[in-house]
Amino acid sequence: MAAPLTLLLIVAVTIRAVLFRSSLAELIPERVEVVSPLNAWKRVVEGLALLDLGVSPYAGDVFHEVSPLSIPLNESNTSIHPSIMADALTAVALYLAVKDYNKTVFRKQKYALEAERYPLDCLELIRTPKEMYYIPLKVAMFYLLNPFTILSCVAKSTCGLNNAVIALFILCTVKGSSLMSAIFLALATYQSIYPLTLFAPALLYLLQRLYIPVNWQRSSFWLFTTQYTFMYLGSLCVMVCLSFFLLSSWDFLSSVYGFILSVPDLTPNIGLFWYFFAEMFEHFRLFFICVFQINVFFYTIPLSIKLKEHPIFLIFMQIAIISIFKSYPTVGDIALYMAFLPAWNHLYRFLRNIFLVSVVLLACSALFPVLWHLWIYAGSANSNFYYAITLLFNVAQILLVSDYFYAYLRREHHLTHGLYLKRKDGSEATLVLK
Amino acid sequence: PCHLQDPASISHLVMCYLAGVAWFMGLAFEPFTLRTYMSENAMGSTMVEERFPAGERALATGREFAAHKKKVGGMPVDWLVKTMQSRGLEVFTQSFTRKLPFPDENKERYMVRGTNVYGILRAPRAPRTEALVLSAPCSEGNNNNQAVGLLLGLAQYFRSQIHWAKDIIFLVNEHDLIGMQAWLEGYHHTNTTGGDWSPLQGRGGSIQAALSLELSSDVITSLDLVLEGLNGQLPNLDLANLFYAFCQKIGVLCTIQGKLQRNDWDTTSGYSHAAQTMMLMVLKQASGRPWGDHGLFLRYHIEAASIRGINSFRQYKTDTTTIGRLLEGMYRKLNNLLERLHQSYFFYLMPSLSRFVSIGYYMPAFGLLAVILLLRALDLWVQLGASPPGTEDGVAGGVQVSYGPSSPGVLSILTPVVISHMTGVALYTLPILSQEMAVQHFPVSETEAVVLTAIAIYTAGLALPHNTHRLLQGEGTEEGWRVLKLVALLYLAVLLGCTALINFSLGFILALSLVPIAAFITPHTPKALSAAIMVLLSPGCTLLYCVFVFQELQETPVSLQDGWMLFLSVISQGILDHALYGSLVYPLLALLIYPCWLLLWNILFWK
Repeated sequence: MAAPLTLLLIVAVTIRAVLFRSSLAELIPERVEVVSPLNAWKRVVEGLALLDLGVSPYAGDVFHEVSPLSIPLNESNTSIHPSIMADALTAVALYLAVKDYNKTVFRKQKYALEAERYPLDCLELIRTPKEMYYIPLKVAMFYLLNPFTILSCVAKSTCGLNNAVIALFILCTVKGSSLMSAIFLALATYQSIYPLTLFAPALLYLLQRLYIPVNWQRSSFWLFTTQYTFMYLGSLCVMVCLSFFLLSSWDFLSSVYGFILSVPDLTPNIGLFWYFFAEMFEHFRLFFICVFQINVFFYTIPLSIKLKEHPIFLIFMQIAIISIFKSYPTVGDIALYMAFLPAWNHLYRFLRNIFLVSVVLLACSALFPVLWHLWIYAGSANSNFYYAITLLFNVAQILLVSDYFYAYLRREHHLTHGLYLKRKDGSEATLVLK
Repeated sequence: PCHLQDPASISHLVMCYLAGVAWFMGLAFEPFTLRTYMSENAMGSTMVEERFPAGERALATGREFAAHKKKVGGMPVDWLVKTMQSRGLEVFTQSFTRKLPFPDENKERYMVRGTNVYGILRAPRAPRTEALVLSAPCSEGNNNNQAVGLLLGLAQYFRSQIHWAKDIIFLVNEHDLIGMQAWLEGYHHTNTTGGDWSPLQGRGGSIQAALSLELSSDVITSLDLVLEGLNGQLPNLDLANLFYAFCQKIGVLCTIQGKLQRNDWDTTSGYSHAAQTMMLMVLKQASGRPWGDHGLFLRYHIEAASIRGINSFRQYKTDTTTIGRLLEGMYRKLNNLLERLHQSYFFYLMPSLSRFVSIGYYMPAFGLLAVILLLRALDLWVQLGASPPGTEDGVAGGVQVSYGPSSPGVLSILTPVVISHMTGVALYTLPILSQEMAVQHFPVSETEAVVLTAIAIYTAGLALPHNTHRLLQGEGTEEGWRVLKLVALLYLAVLLGCTALINFSLGFILALSLVPIAAFITPHTPKALSAAIMVLLSPGCTLLYCVFVFQELQETPVSLQDGWMLFLSVISQGILDHALYGSLVYPLLALLIYPCWLLLWNILFWK
């Protein structure tokens, strides 16, 4: 399996290297769909220049890049740009993580089969090793060859680094290394706050791996939870303090986290924030910012309860929710959760509107630049046109994610209750998600 | 949804298509259109008195200009500079050179060298942050001398007035659009097409609006308004309204597409007149080329139009003083603008100068065509055995999915897609690259070489299915072509949708010819007949029909022979427009539409 992965990496790097040398390399970093004020490479360069001049990079309103920790990486003068390496790293990490995860899933399924826990008519729902064999490779392929990832990489957006950190976090979690998992989760949080919501699924997974039931009365549960929380908060603390000592000022807190949470930059992007806050009366702003930001974190609790047996799927859901509802989303964020779609291949038969959703996503991706052109350059359309597409794009994403969620729950339901459900009177039953 | 087997659904699709066409044709029917009205308050409610008196003197200046032009054998730069300076303008010149990728046989130019002369009348009443432009071309022969004369006359007259709150730039551009391109790029510090020009020494404020004047006779019978700009972009409708309002006020006959307005909308001939006017606009817009010197302003977000004086055999004539008064009035109103023209429509079609159809009314015509593609795609998707959409219970249709994103069939889909696009790239790049070689080996001129190479590559694409099959091992499956067709349908739908948003006319014309074949082509239809229909409806042939229809609508029908020559020159002009001004029609057709059509062609010959 290593050979196809290597081949895939070579192809992916070649595509990126070719694009880096083409004229598109100047065009793509200007696209608002691809870069946000948070992760634009132009701003990183500016911040570094300020740092070289002995000025705090956070002076002014240009640099919102989180980590002085990533600066040494950004400064490296290798022939391969760090964003390419980040993409490759993400792909390999996802590959290994999904491979490991699939092994676990398969083992569980085998035990369940041996214990004859599945109803007889569910045999067609059972996953076969043959079908699962290529999934890790497909995941890597979905990440590396996704046009969204490629665009993001060619734009040198630091989004690729965020994705790499989250992918490493998933890998460490799946491998069961709670310390590394906590460190990478802290790093991801430190970069953009939102990955905070991945704390719950990671904890659930690690607990599951150690066969500790989620039970409020059990001391082992509390012990591990406290341990993991400490590791997480401790590393977060170290990173924040490290940033402080590097620049000996707390400027970065308001300039990075304040910037993410209070959304002062209303440059249009593919998210939902800019239009609302550009239109809103100033005195409602605080209230709606709270509503919008709480919205991102809110789903963690109900989803964690519903999916507590399936933490990896929960991670997928959370990453998707973050990338839809975060304040400065870019296509690079979307690419990360889309990479997981092959891992849920077996849900395919339960998906209800995958065709509609993919057509809408496809059409919207093509319409973004067109409407941007009409709005900004031709002056004939206006922001409403662009926002309409943004809205449609996000609705399609939400439909996609909820479709997968429904399909996942549905399959689990069938695995316990049998595939062909009958009502009490013998007629065919339909499932309603409640 | 619909199924292929169900004859009713085919009739539904045909109905949909006919409804789209009918809707479009209905747009020209007067009760379905809106009367134009001035939306911009700054231009609507203010009174302006026009007093320009010096038409005769302007004509004399025009004659003087003509004499100097003849003497110098081109743009009389020194004379223009002196004359403009004597009228109290700040005068600057800009020189430019441009080498065309191949000789332009229509205008007989290859190495272009020229000078733009422009004078700025500084606004006496306001900070000089905004400007208006009045331009007149310095053309070959005896054309447009009166336009330059009137421009200089207006400059002198405007100089003596104190109303101006915006700089007014009087521009005489040489070599029509090439000069205009150089001047605009110089003004805005851009260089999109690699031209070579000297930087501008003087600037006014940001340009709000521009008019380009074309006038070749001392008296005229009517004024024609030209709106279509680069890539089918149109100026804000208020500019057309302004022109129409002043023509009404001063009593000048005005036309659009060279067609007068008629009042008998309820008769057949009245309707057909309106339909012809609208179709001329659609064809001009679809061509994506600038139809007057104003066409390039639109790219910079500047509302612009060309005003063309027409002298026909009609009895009633209008003299230059009246045209001067009309222009004075328009500039006075534009001078009142507080912000850029934005109140009125940017997306419209005009069946006459006082009637318009806005985007909300004409988009359904395109939508009815595009929905056919989506319905067919949905139909194919259902046939491909996914869980039927619309059914609440996935188990009911629980067919095992045999097609995934990376099922073995993916190669058989990817190969035609890649090869088609490679052909598209060849069609886009080779004609210009290989012209020298073609000229050496064949007895043709450079221009002919380019056009004929393009046609040769286009035709060679028809042999593609065989080459594709050679690359593929094994037989194409029944499922294979369905997936390929699904891809082609969605691709075409997105492509046409995006095109129609930027340039409705182009999108609609392409949809008219491509949707029927995209909807009904399968490997099982009778080969010879389908192949003939596909070729007849291919983008190239569509262009040929458009040439004939355009000539017919302009009431200058051409013979087959002349039509063919015209078709060849249209191709060369399209390539030139792309190279010189960045028109997108040629790359769109070569890189996207043609490959898409090739995909459908591949499906027909699927083995």
